[in-house]
Amino acid sequence: MSVTILGWSLFVAQILLGIGMLATLYRMVIGPRAQDRILALDALYVVALLLLITLGIRNNSQIYFELAMLIGLLGFVGTVALAKFLMRGEVIE
Amino acid sequence: MIDDLPLWLSILVSIMVVLGALLTMAGCFGLVRLKSFYLRIHSPTMGTSMGGGLILLASAIYFTITRERLVLHELVIFLFVTLTTPVTLMLLARATLFRDRVEGNEGVPRRQAKKEPESPGPIV
Amino acid sequence: MKRILPHPLLAAIILILWLILQQSAGLGHLLLGSLIAVGVSLAASAILPERVRIRRPLKFAQLMAVAGLDIIRSNLAVMMVLFHPRPAPKAGFIEMQLELKSETGLAILAVLLTATPGSAWLEYDRERSTVLIHVFDLVDADEWVRTVKQRYEALLLEIFP
Repeated sequence: MSVTILGWSLFVAQILLGIGMLATLYRMVIGPRAQDRILALDALYVVALLLLITLGIRNNSQIYFELAMLIGLLGFVGTVALAKFLMRGEVIE
Repeated sequence: MIDDLPLWLSILVSIMVVLGALLTMAGCFGLVRLKSFYLRIHSPTMGTSMGGGLILLASAIYFTITRERLVLHELVIFLFVTLTTPVTLMLLARATLFRDRVEGNEGVPRRQAKKEPESPGPIV
Repeated sequence: MKRILPHPLLAAIILILWLILQQSAGLGHLLLGSLIAVGVSLAASAILPERVRIRRPLKFAQLMAVAGLDIIRSNLAVMMVLFHPRPAPKAGFIEMQLELKSETGLAILAVLLTATPGSAWLEYDRERSTVLIHVFDLVDADEWVRTVKQRYEALLLEIFP
């Protein structure tokens, strides 16, 4: 009983997060400007991270944390580098 | 998933996960629906502040109960994501302000004229 | 003491995060974590000039609680706007004068305001100590400025004078 409830709610949550990913992808494709795409990419990272956490609950495994943490770190560094690039046109100054 | 979960745990975790996912989805949805960049910059923080917080807290509670020991992994991810997203958003917003001012777009506050330095001070 | 540990707060936070990540507080992890914490705090003294000190921990906790409640309220409000059939928030820029001068205090204020979905910190002007903020649903600009000053800036001025 309780496993069924949890399974279904995790399913619903994953569908919701999937819709969210599609929304960010849409914004990333249509733009219109570079900063909109970067913003969407940042949101996409976060949603992917949360999706991994829900997968971790579903599979009752803690390996997904490490992946989520990696995504968080890389997402931060990547977005900062891209924002820097927009500001000056070069990544390293 | 494991077979014998306490009912209260599954209901609590379910509510938190679904509410968190709903908030995150609303944030991403905002990226599509809102009209200008400065409006859109608000919506990803929903996923990182409360949406993400709820999902990560649900995961922490779930693993703490099922593994029968304190699992605080998620706290690290939560702190990291909540503290770094504002930083990236600020950088992006400043880059956008800079670009909008250079291109002379409308609806962007001008930078106020700087005070003239009285003497050429030391270069820092 | 000051030479070995220029940033004790940073070192403590890194040690705690290390122990959480390792999921144990055994002697080995404690030693390795302390080593890393001291090393990072030494390295950080090259880029962090001023030593961060929280003078009033209770006030800091109060600030975090206030900010947490505001973030939850703002999340729900923004969600209501977004699920409205025609989202038409009255957004606007605000230029706000700040009395807060401490770098750490300003950083904390910036992160808190941006983490709240209803507001985003855009640009700080050091010469005139004003900040440009974008607000998602702006009803009354003066009221908004007053709220931020009372709720956040007053507390931050006490914590980081």
